[in-house]
Amino acid sequence: MTFYGYKRPDGRVGVRNKVLILPASVCASDTTRIIAQQVVGSVTFNNQQGCSQVASDQQLTMDVMAGYAANPNVYGTVVVSLGCENCQMDLVVKAIQERTNKPLKQVIIQEAGGTLKAVDLAVRYAKEMVAEASMLQKEEFPISELIVGTECGGSDPTSGLAANPVIGQMSDLVVAAGGTSILSETTEFIGAEHILARRAATPEVHDRIFEIVHRYEAALRLVGEEVREGNPSPGNKAGGITTLEEKSLGCIHKGGHSPVNAVYDYAKQVEPKQGLVIMDTPGNDPSSVAAMVAGGAQVVVFSSGRGTPTGNPISPVIKITGNKLTFAKMEDNIDFDASPLIYGQRTLEELGDDLLQMVVDTANGKQTKAESLGFTEMAIARVCNYV
Amino acid sequence: MRNAMIIDGKDNVAVAIEPISKGDTVTYACDGKDVSLTALEDITIYHKIATRDIAQGEPVVKYGEHIGIASSAIKAGEHVHVHNVEGHRENLEAKE
Repeated sequence: MTFYGYKRPDGRVGVRNKVLILPASVCASDTTRIIAQQVVGSVTFNNQQGCSQVASDQQLTMDVMAGYAANPNVYGTVVVSLGCENCQMDLVVKAIQERTNKPLKQVIIQEAGGTLKAVDLAVRYAKEMVAEASMLQKEEFPISELIVGTECGGSDPTSGLAANPVIGQMSDLVVAAGGTSILSETTEFIGAEHILARRAATPEVHDRIFEIVHRYEAALRLVGEEVREGNPSPGNKAGGITTLEEKSLGCIHKGGHSPVNAVYDYAKQVEPKQGLVIMDTPGNDPSSVAAMVAGGAQVVVFSSGRGTPTGNPISPVIKITGNKLTFAKMEDNIDFDASPLIYGQRTLEELGDDLLQMVVDTANGKQTKAESLGFTEMAIARVCNYV
Repeated sequence: MRNAMIIDGKDNVAVAIEPISKGDTVTYACDGKDVSLTALEDITIYHKIATRDIAQGEPVVKYGEHIGIASSAIKAGEHVHVHNVEGHRENLEAKE
């Protein structure tokens, strides 16, 4: 199976061809919004971080910024910083260049002489980059070049029954074709981590799965939260979930039945052709999706029982539900209906094939519902309060 | 008409996909073939029903994995939930 994509100078293959106007901090975010509004073909996002963060927090922000710039859906990046933020321009540029050699321009607002001069400069850089990007022709590539991120949010009982198993089936097909699938949301492994760890390809990966779960629990304990207590919630139980293992198994089903070959920290760069890998992300959807996109995912598949709007500035997000009522009611937001699995009208194999086809169609340029609405909301995971 | 489903062939519980009343025939597909049993209790939609007898102490299997241990003997057709299943997590600290 193949798709048509854009070859990047670092060897990766993109499925979109955007110019990223990257705000290095919250203080540059309004400026990048103004810049992106002037340049058709460019994209930006609201970066609420980038300054006054503890070192471990700043690292998460740096990894998302560098990862976004390196994501192959991006042709090139114009970094815009205020000038005095902790995420200094030279640090951001270095982090990007450690991941990719794609086109890169810099604008520092305090050096340019204020917002309007910075906008002028950055708009000219970005327009030139878009013009270069528009000359690129798509080429045919095997789907082994794809890194597919998987996510679930706004879950209901149908997520575990249909949507997540269908994503798992699609994930196994991507893995069998030599591609990469990312299973995310560490908080939702809790209770089933020993089952997930049994699928580790090596003892190191086995230990890393326990490590990221324990690390997450320890971080939450610092603010007095105990994840395993009161979970499954009374609402989960009323919905038919009996144990934490059962709840978490519904989530990790998105990873199908393949062995787990690697565990990546939040937003770190994922190597292509890795099979099934895990990324340590929160259950919070926009920050988990952001981390996988920063890791290099060109397409994200997202299951939702209730129907959520989540998009992403860099990568298309395909929505899938197992709830036929949600699909009917939230048609403007949901791309794929997995409910025929529940009612026996379609098999898991058929729906897995259909979902893979939708991933390939999306890679070829088919617009997702979230893209058609222009949704680019995202978040960056955080360790603690600002300093 | 199918009113329940299993997720994995190894499962010993099915999930109600319609509200099921005591005495109803419960039908689910297994490897493409319909399998039926009788509900011994009312089963709320999306709750679990035992597809075979599960002895006390035996694992309850859904998604092809152990989701807990039967805390009492469960008959095929009975509701499977917090009243007769206990979570059984391995001791993580001991693993390290």
